[in-house]
Amino acid sequence: MSGPADLIFFVLALLTVGSAILVAILPNIVYSAVALLFSFAGVAGLYVFLSADFLAATQVLVYVGGILILIMFAVFLSNRISDVKISNPTRFNWQAAFLCLVLFGVLSYTAVSTPFPVKPGIVYLPSTAEIGELLMTRYLLPFEVASVLLLASLIGAALLSRPEGQKGKAADMEEPK
Amino acid sequence: MGLDKLLVIGAALFCCGLYTIMTRRNAVAILMGVELILNSANINFVAFSHYVSRVIGGQIFAVFVIVLAAAEAAVALAIFLRLYATTGTVEVDTADELKG
Repeated sequence: MSGPADLIFFVLALLTVGSAILVAILPNIVYSAVALLFSFAGVAGLYVFLSADFLAATQVLVYVGGILILIMFAVFLSNRISDVKISNPTRFNWQAAFLCLVLFGVLSYTAVSTPFPVKPGIVYLPSTAEIGELLMTRYLLPFEVASVLLLASLIGAALLSRPEGQKGKAADMEEPK
Repeated sequence: MGLDKLLVIGAALFCCGLYTIMTRRNAVAILMGVELILNSANINFVAFSHYVSRVIGGQIFAVFVIVLAAAEAAVALAIFLRLYATTGTVEVDTADELKG
Protein backbone atom coordinates (compact mmCIF):
# COMPACT_ATOMS: atom_id res chain seq x y z
CA MET A 1 0.00 0.00 0.00
CA SER A 2 1.38 3.39 -0.91
CA GLY A 3 0.40 6.91 -1.83
CA PRO A 4 -2.45 8.55 0.05
CA ALA A 5 -2.77 5.78 2.63
CA ASP A 6 0.87 6.21 3.64
CA LEU A 7 0.39 9.94 3.84
CA ILE A 8 -2.68 9.59 6.07
CA PHE A 9 -0.83 7.11 8.26
CA PHE A 10 2.09 9.52 8.58
CA VAL A 11 -0.23 12.39 9.51
CA LEU A 12 -2.01 10.24 12.10
CA ALA A 13 1.24 9.08 13.63
CA LEU A 14 2.49 12.65 13.77
CA LEU A 15 -0.79 13.77 15.39
CA THR A 16 -0.63 11.00 17.98
CA VAL A 17 3.00 11.38 18.97
CA GLY A 18 3.09 15.17 18.70
CA SER A 19 0.03 15.55 20.90
CA ALA A 20 1.48 13.09 23.41
CA ILE A 21 4.66 15.19 23.58
CA LEU A 22 2.53 18.29 24.10
CA VAL A 23 0.69 16.51 26.95
CA ALA A 24 4.06 15.89 28.56
CA ILE A 25 5.54 19.38 28.23
CA LEU A 26 2.70 21.94 28.13
CA PRO A 27 2.65 24.03 31.30
CA ASN A 28 -1.13 24.51 31.58
CA ILE A 29 -3.07 21.40 32.49
CA VAL A 30 -6.11 22.43 30.43
CA TYR A 31 -3.93 22.57 27.32
CA SER A 32 -2.57 19.16 28.25
CA ALA A 33 -6.11 17.76 28.40
CA VAL A 34 -6.92 19.16 24.95
CA ALA A 35 -3.69 17.72 23.54
CA LEU A 36 -4.65 14.38 25.09
CA LEU A 37 -7.90 14.57 23.10
CA PHE A 38 -5.97 14.80 19.83
CA SER A 39 -3.65 12.01 20.87
CA PHE A 40 -6.59 9.68 21.58
CA ALA A 41 -8.21 10.62 18.28
CA GLY A 42 -4.96 9.82 16.47
CA VAL A 43 -4.81 6.42 18.16
CA ALA A 44 -8.38 5.76 16.98
CA GLY A 45 -7.23 6.55 13.45
CA LEU A 46 -4.31 4.15 13.80
CA TYR A 47 -6.76 1.41 14.85
CA VAL A 48 -8.56 1.88 11.53
CA PHE A 49 -5.28 1.15 9.76
CA LEU A 50 -4.97 -2.04 11.79
CA SER A 51 -8.43 -3.26 10.66
CA ALA A 52 -9.81 -2.78 14.17
CA ASP A 53 -12.97 -0.89 13.31
CA PHE A 54 -14.84 -1.78 16.49
CA LEU A 55 -11.88 -0.76 18.58
CA ALA A 56 -11.60 2.57 16.78
CA ALA A 57 -15.25 3.35 17.54
CA THR A 58 -14.80 2.21 21.14
CA GLN A 59 -11.72 4.39 21.49
CA VAL A 60 -13.64 7.45 20.33
CA LEU A 61 -16.65 6.66 22.52
CA VAL A 62 -14.90 5.67 25.73
CA TYR A 63 -11.68 7.66 25.69
CA VAL A 64 -12.65 10.83 23.86
CA GLY A 65 -16.27 10.85 25.03
CA GLY A 66 -15.87 9.45 28.51
CA ILE A 67 -12.45 9.52 30.10
CA LEU A 68 -11.46 12.88 28.68
CA ILE A 69 -14.71 14.46 29.88
CA LEU A 70 -14.01 12.98 33.33
CA ILE A 71 -10.49 14.41 33.30
CA MET A 72 -11.82 17.81 32.23
CA PHE A 73 -14.34 17.68 35.08
CA ALA A 74 -11.57 16.89 37.54
CA VAL A 75 -9.41 19.69 36.17
CA PHE A 76 -12.18 22.25 36.44
CA LEU A 77 -13.36 21.07 39.85
CA SER A 78 -9.97 20.83 41.49
CA ASN A 79 -7.89 23.72 40.18
CA ARG A 80 -7.75 27.42 40.04
CA ILE A 81 -7.50 27.44 36.27
CA SER A 82 -6.14 30.92 35.77
CA ASP A 83 -3.29 30.29 38.16
CA VAL A 84 -0.89 28.16 36.15
CA LYS A 85 1.75 28.18 38.86
CA ILE A 86 -0.63 26.56 41.31
CA SER A 87 -2.43 24.25 38.91
CA ASN A 88 0.65 22.74 37.33
CA PRO A 89 4.12 23.84 38.29
CA THR A 90 6.28 22.46 35.52
CA ARG A 91 9.90 22.90 34.78
CA PHE A 92 11.81 20.91 32.25
CA ASN A 93 13.31 17.97 34.05
CA TRP A 94 16.59 16.96 32.40
CA GLN A 95 16.98 13.67 34.23
CA ALA A 96 13.47 12.49 33.36
CA ALA A 97 13.82 13.63 29.74
CA PHE A 98 17.18 11.86 29.41
CA LEU A 99 15.79 8.66 30.93
CA CYS A 100 12.75 8.72 28.65
CA LEU A 101 14.84 9.41 25.54
CA VAL A 102 17.20 6.54 26.36
CA LEU A 103 14.24 4.24 26.98
CA PHE A 104 12.66 5.34 23.70
CA GLY A 105 15.91 4.63 21.88
CA VAL A 106 16.18 1.14 23.37
CA LEU A 107 12.53 0.30 22.66
CA SER A 108 12.67 1.62 19.09
CA TYR A 109 15.93 -0.19 18.36
CA THR A 110 14.42 -3.41 19.69
CA ALA A 111 11.25 -2.92 17.65
CA VAL A 112 13.12 -2.20 14.41
CA SER A 113 15.90 -4.75 14.73
CA THR A 114 13.86 -7.75 15.88
CA PRO A 115 12.71 -9.94 12.97
CA PHE A 116 9.07 -10.50 13.90
CA PRO A 117 7.33 -13.32 12.01
CA VAL A 118 5.04 -11.00 10.08
CA LYS A 119 2.53 -12.82 7.93
CA PRO A 120 2.61 -11.66 4.31
CA GLY A 121 -0.39 -9.99 2.77
CA ILE A 122 -2.55 -7.70 4.83
CA VAL A 123 -6.26 -8.42 5.08
CA TYR A 124 -8.88 -5.93 6.15
CA LEU A 125 -11.96 -7.64 7.53
CA PRO A 126 -14.81 -6.32 9.66
CA SER A 127 -14.09 -7.36 13.23
CA THR A 128 -17.19 -6.40 15.20
CA ALA A 129 -19.16 -9.61 14.67
CA GLU A 130 -16.19 -11.78 15.51
CA ILE A 131 -15.42 -9.80 18.68
CA GLY A 132 -19.03 -10.13 19.81
CA GLU A 133 -19.05 -13.85 19.14
CA LEU A 134 -15.78 -14.42 20.99
CA LEU A 135 -16.92 -12.32 23.95
CA MET A 136 -19.95 -14.55 24.32
CA THR A 137 -18.10 -17.85 23.90
CA ARG A 138 -14.38 -18.06 24.55
CA TYR A 139 -13.95 -14.86 26.57
CA LEU A 140 -17.20 -15.10 28.51
CA LEU A 141 -15.57 -15.33 31.94
CA PRO A 142 -13.39 -12.20 31.49
CA PHE A 143 -16.44 -10.43 30.10
CA GLU A 144 -18.50 -11.18 33.21
CA VAL A 145 -15.60 -10.34 35.51
CA ALA A 146 -15.25 -7.01 33.71
CA SER A 147 -18.93 -6.28 34.27
CA VAL A 148 -18.60 -7.03 37.99
CA LEU A 149 -15.51 -4.80 38.09
CA LEU A 150 -17.41 -1.96 36.41
CA LEU A 151 -20.21 -2.28 38.94
CA ALA A 152 -17.75 -2.29 41.83
CA SER A 153 -15.89 0.75 40.52
CA LEU A 154 -19.18 2.56 39.93
CA ILE A 155 -20.27 1.99 43.53
CA GLY A 156 -16.80 2.81 44.81
CA ALA A 157 -16.62 6.07 42.88
CA ALA A 158 -20.07 7.11 44.08
CA LEU A 159 -19.16 6.26 47.66
CA LEU A 160 -15.81 8.06 47.53
CA SER A 161 -17.09 11.25 45.96
CA ARG A 162 -19.94 11.61 48.43
CA PRO A 163 -19.35 14.47 50.85
CA GLU A 164 -18.42 13.75 54.44
CA GLY A 165 -21.23 13.26 56.96
CA GLN A 166 -23.76 12.23 54.37
CA LYS A 167 -24.03 8.81 55.93
CA GLY A 168 -25.46 10.12 59.19
CA LYS A 169 -27.88 12.31 57.33
CA ALA A 170 -29.21 9.39 55.32
CA ALA A 171 -29.64 7.38 58.53
CA ASP A 172 -31.54 10.28 60.08
CA MET A 173 -33.91 10.43 57.18
CA GLU A 174 -34.90 6.83 57.63
CA GLU A 175 -36.38 7.30 61.09
CA PRO A 176 -38.74 10.28 61.12
CA LYS A 177 -39.11 12.25 64.33
CA MET B 1 2.88 1.33 7.62
CA GLY B 2 4.35 -1.74 9.12
CA LEU B 3 4.76 -3.43 12.42
CA ASP B 4 8.00 -1.67 13.36
CA LYS B 5 6.56 1.81 12.74
CA LEU B 6 3.58 1.07 14.96
CA LEU B 7 5.84 -0.30 17.67
CA VAL B 8 7.92 2.88 17.49
CA ILE B 9 4.73 4.96 17.81
CA GLY B 10 3.76 2.87 20.83
CA ALA B 11 7.21 3.36 22.35
CA ALA B 12 6.95 7.13 21.82
CA LEU B 13 3.55 7.25 23.52
CA PHE B 14 4.90 5.16 26.40
CA CYS B 15 7.87 7.46 26.91
CA CYS B 16 5.67 10.58 26.80
CA GLY B 17 3.40 9.03 29.42
CA LEU B 18 6.38 8.07 31.55
CA TYR B 19 7.81 11.59 31.34
CA THR B 20 4.40 13.00 32.31
CA ILE B 21 4.20 10.70 35.33
CA MET B 22 7.74 11.48 36.44
CA THR B 23 7.62 15.25 36.14
CA ARG B 24 4.08 16.29 37.06
CA ARG B 25 2.93 16.87 40.60
CA ASN B 26 -0.73 17.36 39.74
CA ALA B 27 -2.60 14.09 40.23
CA VAL B 28 -4.88 14.65 37.22
CA ALA B 29 -1.84 15.16 34.97
CA ILE B 30 -0.35 11.93 36.30
CA LEU B 31 -3.60 10.19 35.39
CA MET B 32 -3.20 11.57 31.86
CA GLY B 33 0.23 9.95 31.71
CA VAL B 34 -1.22 6.63 32.81
CA GLU B 35 -3.83 6.84 30.05
CA LEU B 36 -1.09 7.50 27.48
CA ILE B 37 0.78 4.41 28.65
CA LEU B 38 -2.38 2.26 28.43
CA ASN B 39 -2.93 3.56 24.89
CA SER B 40 0.59 2.61 23.89
CA ALA B 41 0.06 -0.91 25.19
CA ASN B 42 -3.19 -1.10 23.24
CA ILE B 43 -1.45 -0.07 20.03
CA ASN B 44 1.05 -2.87 20.52
CA PHE B 45 -1.67 -5.46 21.18
CA VAL B 46 -3.63 -4.52 18.08
CA ALA B 47 -0.53 -4.21 15.90
CA PHE B 48 0.72 -7.68 16.84
CA SER B 49 -2.72 -9.20 16.37
CA HIS B 50 -2.97 -7.58 12.93
CA TYR B 51 0.50 -8.31 11.59
CA VAL B 52 1.75 -11.41 13.37
CA SER B 53 -0.96 -13.64 14.79
CA ARG B 54 -3.97 -12.85 12.57
CA VAL B 55 -6.17 -13.85 15.50
CA ILE B 56 -8.58 -11.29 16.88
CA GLY B 57 -7.66 -11.99 20.51
CA GLY B 58 -5.37 -8.98 20.62
CA GLN B 59 -8.27 -6.69 19.87
CA ILE B 60 -10.35 -8.31 22.62
CA PHE B 61 -7.47 -7.76 25.02
CA ALA B 62 -7.43 -4.11 23.97
CA VAL B 63 -11.19 -3.87 24.66
CA PHE B 64 -10.61 -5.15 28.19
CA VAL B 65 -7.77 -2.68 28.66
CA ILE B 66 -10.14 0.13 27.66
CA VAL B 67 -12.73 -1.12 30.17
CA LEU B 68 -10.12 -1.21 32.92
CA ALA B 69 -8.90 2.27 31.98
CA ALA B 70 -12.44 3.63 32.25
CA ALA B 71 -13.00 2.05 35.66
CA GLU B 72 -9.61 3.23 36.87
CA ALA B 73 -10.25 6.78 35.68
CA ALA B 74 -13.61 6.93 37.46
CA VAL B 75 -12.23 5.72 40.79
CA ALA B 76 -9.06 7.80 40.53
CA LEU B 77 -10.99 10.99 39.83
CA ALA B 78 -13.33 10.30 42.75
CA ILE B 79 -10.24 9.95 44.95
CA PHE B 80 -8.80 13.20 43.56
CA LEU B 81 -11.99 15.11 44.31
CA ARG B 82 -11.97 13.70 47.82
CA LEU B 83 -8.33 14.72 48.19
CA TYR B 84 -9.16 18.21 46.97
CA ALA B 85 -12.02 18.49 49.44
CA THR B 86 -9.75 17.35 52.25
CA THR B 87 -6.47 19.15 51.57
CA GLY B 88 -7.43 21.86 49.08
CA THR B 89 -4.97 20.68 46.47
CA VAL B 90 -4.45 17.72 44.16
CA GLU B 91 -0.66 17.73 44.23
CA VAL B 92 0.54 14.28 45.04
CA ASP B 93 3.48 15.26 47.23
CA THR B 94 1.21 17.07 49.67
CA ALA B 95 -0.94 13.98 50.20
CA ASP B 96 1.37 12.24 52.65
CA GLU B 97 -1.02 11.64 55.52
CA LEU B 98 -2.81 8.36 55.89
CA LYS B 99 -5.28 9.71 58.42
CA GLY B 100 -5.68 13.40 58.94
